[in-house]
Amino acid sequence: MNLQTAWAQRRYGFLVLLWVALLTVPYWLGYVGSYSALGSKILVYGLATMGLNLLFGFTGGLSFGQAAYFGIGAYGAGMTLKYIAPSTPLAILVGALAAGLAATILGPLLMRRRGIYFAMITIAIGQLFYFVAVRWNNVTGGEDGLAGFERQPIHFGHHLLVLDQINFYYLVLFCFTIGVVIMHTVLRSPLGHAWVGIRENRRRMEFLGVRTDLYVWASFAIAGLITGLAGTLNALLFNFTSPQDLHWILSGDFVMMVVLGGMRNFWGPLVGTVIFVVAQDYLSSITNNWMSFIGMIFVAIVLLFPKGLLGMVGRNSGAP
Amino acid sequence: MELLLFNAFNGLLQGVFYALMALGLALILSLSSVINMAHGGFLVIGGYLAFTLTPHLGFWGALVVGPLLAGVCGLVAEQTMIRHLYKRSDPLYSLLLTFGLALIIQDLARTVWGAEGLPSAVPEYLDQPLSSTYFFITGYRVVILGITAAVAIGLYLLIRYSLLGIRIRAGTRDLETVAALGVNIYQLRALNFGIGCFFAGLAGVLASGVLGLTPTMGESLLMPSFVAVIVGGVGSLSGAVLGGLLIGVAAGITTTYYPSASEAVIYFIMLVVLAIRPRGLLGKESIFE
Amino acid sequence: MTISRSLFANAFLFSEVRCNHAQRTPTRSTIRLRGFGDMSAKVTRREVLKASLWAGAGAFALGAPAILSFGRDEQPIKIGDIDPLTGTYAAEGESQVRGAKMAIAEVNAKGGVLGRPLQLVVEDNAANVGLSAQKAHKLIDQDKVALLMGTVSSAASLSVSQVAHQQGMVYMCTGGHTDPVTGSQCHWNTFRVCTTTYMLAAGLAGTLFKKFGGKWYFLTPDYAFGHTLQDSYEKILKKLGGTNLGSSLAPLGTTDYSSYLIKAASTKPDVLVMLTDGQDRINSLKQAAQFGLFKKFAIGGGLSELEVLRALPPEAQTGWACLEWWWDQPSTPHVKEWVASYKNANPDGSYPSARTWFGYAGLHSLAMAVARAKSLEPKQVARALEGLELPPEIKLQPNRVYFRAADHQLMSSEFPGEVEKGSYPNLFKVSQIIAGDTAALPASETGCKLDYPA
Repeated sequence: MNLQTAWAQRRYGFLVLLWVALLTVPYWLGYVGSYSALGSKILVYGLATMGLNLLFGFTGGLSFGQAAYFGIGAYGAGMTLKYIAPSTPLAILVGALAAGLAATILGPLLMRRRGIYFAMITIAIGQLFYFVAVRWNNVTGGEDGLAGFERQPIHFGHHLLVLDQINFYYLVLFCFTIGVVIMHTVLRSPLGHAWVGIRENRRRMEFLGVRTDLYVWASFAIAGLITGLAGTLNALLFNFTSPQDLHWILSGDFVMMVVLGGMRNFWGPLVGTVIFVVAQDYLSSITNNWMSFIGMIFVAIVLLFPKGLLGMVGRNSGAP
Repeated sequence: MELLLFNAFNGLLQGVFYALMALGLALILSLSSVINMAHGGFLVIGGYLAFTLTPHLGFWGALVVGPLLAGVCGLVAEQTMIRHLYKRSDPLYSLLLTFGLALIIQDLARTVWGAEGLPSAVPEYLDQPLSSTYFFITGYRVVILGITAAVAIGLYLLIRYSLLGIRIRAGTRDLETVAALGVNIYQLRALNFGIGCFFAGLAGVLASGVLGLTPTMGESLLMPSFVAVIVGGVGSLSGAVLGGLLIGVAAGITTTYYPSASEAVIYFIMLVVLAIRPRGLLGKESIFE
Repeated sequence: MTISRSLFANAFLFSEVRCNHAQRTPTRSTIRLRGFGDMSAKVTRREVLKASLWAGAGAFALGAPAILSFGRDEQPIKIGDIDPLTGTYAAEGESQVRGAKMAIAEVNAKGGVLGRPLQLVVEDNAANVGLSAQKAHKLIDQDKVALLMGTVSSAASLSVSQVAHQQGMVYMCTGGHTDPVTGSQCHWNTFRVCTTTYMLAAGLAGTLFKKFGGKWYFLTPDYAFGHTLQDSYEKILKKLGGTNLGSSLAPLGTTDYSSYLIKAASTKPDVLVMLTDGQDRINSLKQAAQFGLFKKFAIGGGLSELEVLRALPPEAQTGWACLEWWWDQPSTPHVKEWVASYKNANPDGSYPSARTWFGYAGLHSLAMAVARAKSLEPKQVARALEGLELPPEIKLQPNRVYFRAADHQLMSSEFPGEVEKGSYPNLFKVSQIIAGDTAALPASETGCKLDYPA
């Protein structure tokens, strides 16, 4: 018996607890006085930040423009429902693929850059999409956002699943699970290990003959896809999307959630998202100065808990 | 054609604000490797403090004291919070910390001075157009150009000839060696940060005369300033000024033909520069490449 | 990275220092425990800190909403108010909340509604559209409000209207002006207090035409409010027989209007119709004044508000605008008393603005409708609101003020006039008060088809 097994046991138990909790959310969320839209939002943002973490925590790419793909997914889903066909699964598919495609096309611009240049390119891309969304009034609704679409019931053969609050939560959970499975699989594969290698020491990886730029490209594309998937769900959750879903401040919030939870950890972003979204929701109801408190959280985390909450869990935990 | 010239000139004036902000950003970035997302916040501080002081010190007095106070606030922030980040190599942390600081400053400004814009006024004699055909050249805008030029030249002289300037220049090349030579780099970085925030505050005071004073005004000027730094070249101060003026003029010219794209064109230029010449127009080959 | 640093990093990687981490000498505060099998679990200070952080975070995450709901009384009727209290429209949002609070105090002083007191639950949407929808869900699901009201920005109004429609709740839009709210995107459950953009245009266009002439150039903010406002003005201009010299669309949040103003001046208009709002209006007017444009042609049009007028520097305190309510109405009964009671409740030197009145009238309307319907059931409340006429002490203006049944729009009056140089609050001179149903489009032309459920 060695440490690995006990550690694995603890982690296994934690995972079981997590999934049970997630599956039963609609039942216990009311008892703690919260509301199911918040639960769905937490899962949606959690998926987005976990996608970001693929690029950020595991590959070491400082992406400050991930909201761009979140927004592309959201607009993709909304525009599909509004202009193409009233089908929810199609909307999700189109939105996620659009975001993944955008990330894939733009990847080569930044796959060779690092540090602040990488960050600035991601910000620039994000701002470009933001301004397209804001100015292209006729198609995207401009500043006022894209309205006039609603999530449609899903047809399962003869059975019609109406997407009310609770059913929609389970749809979100389903997509979240798919996203998690994809990420888990990728991270355990040689691709994922290469990413960690790039994060630790890019130059060494290059000396070993690895085409690091291609791996960074892949990381960027997959992160964009997952975050885009989250974006589609966000649009369907509120039946609304707006350029604020593309803004760099949202990108900054995503990064914060990842750092808050622990960026080297697979589940870190989800933890960070829970805390951040609940804090924002709670604080904005009780005080007008909630923005100061959020800012103070940022400062405190950076100064005092830079590894994030899960990062303080003993040794470095890599892929699950 | 006339319209184009007019717009180019306007873009130049707007670019002046970007250049001022970019100067401060570039200073802070090149010496301390800190990405100051709170730069817009110091702009707001400068503007609001000047507004509060104008009844007591007059327009010109507030113009001098406001930015100085903003610089002092920057110094305080640096000493209390940012100093701890120097040992960390990842620029992420300074980004996040200053991001949080920006949120706090914006909220404080709103709480202390109110959410509505404040009527910041410019002295009457400056607020007139200088000619009837070129009515958009007001006395105040000429003053803005003049002050910016003076301050930029002053900074250049400071960096070139004063002891502090030499140390800063040396520090941007190799901070470790400067420290090894016995210079107090903590003081140096603190002063540098303060000077950077002074520029932000100055931009705020000047901007409030043209754009009005609101808690959110820093946000709209912050991103283009980053673009100016990147386009001009990280590590080059003249590059920051050049970058700011360039993107201002570009935005102005775009407004003539295609107003909706006037903001997007700034980021487009940045993407092009980053794709072709990542070090920027006047930048040196840096470690980030 | 300098050579020394990368060597160090390589050494770090090669020497597998990480694997040795666990065998490092424990700190003084380490306690050795016998754990599973022959593995010893060390409880270090870090573990304790971690555990307490987890506990704290978990308790915070779970307990916070519970703490929020603690002390909730089952008795009062809750009304949810979503307004921007931070961000660009914070000033307007705060005014609306103040108005609503005044109204609630008055209603509760008279014993409440249906024998129960009213309670206002305010949520900040920070002018963020997504947050508006989220807060609407929160108010409905968590706070269990009976009625919704609020918002300042047009986009937020549409968003909340949609959520309310989905959940079958009555929503009183107090401050979002865009036409579709009671037009093409109207719903059976949505009502609006503030006027439509068409009414705003109709309120002022005639005056501008008569006083200054028919050659107009438009400076329009590039979003729904601006577009619909421009369309309305253009329609009216055409009817009056004037000339449309063109328009400039300025992105929302533009700080430098020089290029647009230059273009406008080059067309030599009689009137530069300024349709910007809020901070954009302040900037554009300021710069127009700096360029001396007020001496060249008339500048006016669009919407203005006391909050905006207050922030204008002296040289820009000129021009024409349409307000939706003004505090200085010497010949209208009850207004003086209301202003006095506002100043009592808010002793910070401010005066009530149109936004304050929106919140006030909106809440009173909801209270009256509930009383009239004798129930909180949304469809009955909605029916009771249709045709509801505001009594003099609430409407605070001449002319009949009532909710039009066909599109749920309140027929409140327009107050066009001239901005005056002076100090707050004497910044505006009303030229006439135009009745709402005169200014508004006939209901059949708004595009609204109410969709009452079976």
